[in-house]
Amino acid sequence: MKKYSAFAIAREALRHHTGWQRAWRDAQPKKRYDAIIIGAGGHGLATAYYLGKNFGITNVAILEKGWLGGGNTGRNTTIIRSNYLQDPSAAIYEKSRSLYETMSQDLNYNVMFSPRGVIMLAQTHHEVRGYQRTAHANMLQGVTTEFIGPEKVKELVPIININGPRYPVLGGLWQARGGTARHDAVAWGYARACSDMGMDVIQKCEVTGIRSENGKVVGVSTNRGDIDCDKLGMVVAGHSGHLADMAGFRLPIESVSLQALVSEPIKPCMDVVVMANTVHGYMSQSDKGEMVIGGGTDGYNNYTQRGSFHHIEETVRALIETFPMVSRLKMLRQWGGIVDVTGDRSPILSKTPVEGVFINCGWGTGGFKAIPGSGWAMAELIAKGRSPLTDAFGLNRFQEGRFIDESVAAGVAH
Amino acid sequence: MLILTCPNCGVTAEETEFHAGGEAHLTRFGPGASDDDFENYLFMRDNPKGVHFERWRHVYGCGKWFHAARDTVTLEIFGTYTAQTSTPPQNIIDKISDRRPDWQPPQKQ
Repeated sequence: MKKYSAFAIAREALRHHTGWQRAWRDAQPKKRYDAIIIGAGGHGLATAYYLGKNFGITNVAILEKGWLGGGNTGRNTTIIRSNYLQDPSAAIYEKSRSLYETMSQDLNYNVMFSPRGVIMLAQTHHEVRGYQRTAHANMLQGVTTEFIGPEKVKELVPIININGPRYPVLGGLWQARGGTARHDAVAWGYARACSDMGMDVIQKCEVTGIRSENGKVVGVSTNRGDIDCDKLGMVVAGHSGHLADMAGFRLPIESVSLQALVSEPIKPCMDVVVMANTVHGYMSQSDKGEMVIGGGTDGYNNYTQRGSFHHIEETVRALIETFPMVSRLKMLRQWGGIVDVTGDRSPILSKTPVEGVFINCGWGTGGFKAIPGSGWAMAELIAKGRSPLTDAFGLNRFQEGRFIDESVAAGVAH
Repeated sequence: MLILTCPNCGVTAEETEFHAGGEAHLTRFGPGASDDDFENYLFMRDNPKGVHFERWRHVYGCGKWFHAARDTVTLEIFGTYTAQTSTPPQNIIDKISDRRPDWQPPQKQ
């Protein structure tokens, strides 16, 4: 693989761009791999990447039923933050955020990480107390956040209306080192790096069955033939329940649609990410100038990648009050992604009842920010059988009552 | 957008008048149950890609609970029925079988 650099751009400019290589090989499945990862989204690719980079396991296939990064990796609002309340969450999300800082250099691929800062608005007195508590917890966890007053919010976000009649801005939880990144590039960068280590990224390869003998996994069946493996990682977000069913166990997961929309591109007007959780809306401005707006989840299980219209209406109605300029914007696109939500709104990174099968799912509405940290921890779990980052996120926590309750604490529009 | 008919009051309305209550026909377990049964009842869900039996409440209407059979992929509603039952009634099963010939009624866990 040729390195991307300023020099490479100059060189190619002089020879009509004929020297660029494919970013990753279009691999054919082999008969057997040491490890198979199902799902070539951000989390699956990151898991494979750190298996190779940190543990030297490179005889790995990443199977994808659609195309690379075609699920939630390309459907989220690209927000990166780590201001969670509970210690295990803060540990894995902060690991993730810190890996984003050096990701472009690590992968030799520009993921456009922009640490522009994230504000979570407090618009009720309850939220003010909640975020002050989170700021204190973050201080103990070594995550840099700060509770700021409404004047400071107005200074950071000039277009905001802090005196709204229904939802006045009473303050905010400010994480200056949070931000955004280009989501497709994260998947592409990891795929390129995996392919370079000799791993096979196999697209349009749907897993149709999971084969096990004496309670231990021996391989998978796919629409492109049977493939054997010693270890299997399931990293398929919304479709986890479907795969778990093939392997013969159940998950504490429900899949729902979460929506987002973007406006027409406008001149730069907001250089931070703002999340307004009381009203289920969050907004940032992309480098192209579009206002990227995230909405709420549907109340009922579904796999439609579309979402209910009334959620969009609620989100936009509330945003107009906080950001009056939104009322003059035309919206370009709206879409939904299938998010896998657990009972305590925290992910599952765990061994499963089938030996050799590991699962990484349940990231719910906040998976993008966790991609590198999740991959890092999952790789350690698969390679060594346990990881300090995943210990608290086991499947057994539901039976043992050790929840990592972020359903209120994360303060996100779940 | 879903259009549901409340079997309690007979009103047909769109989904904002109702509230979804999750998977239907769960067997309740309480004191004295095994850890596995209790975990299954509280947290484990079928989450099927296809036919799903679920609970709904007519919150902005009569306020009563009922059951619905719905496809989670196409959002087709096969029918709604009373909450006073622990299994889907035969006429709902027949309706689903008509529309989804390959579908098998779920085995109770």
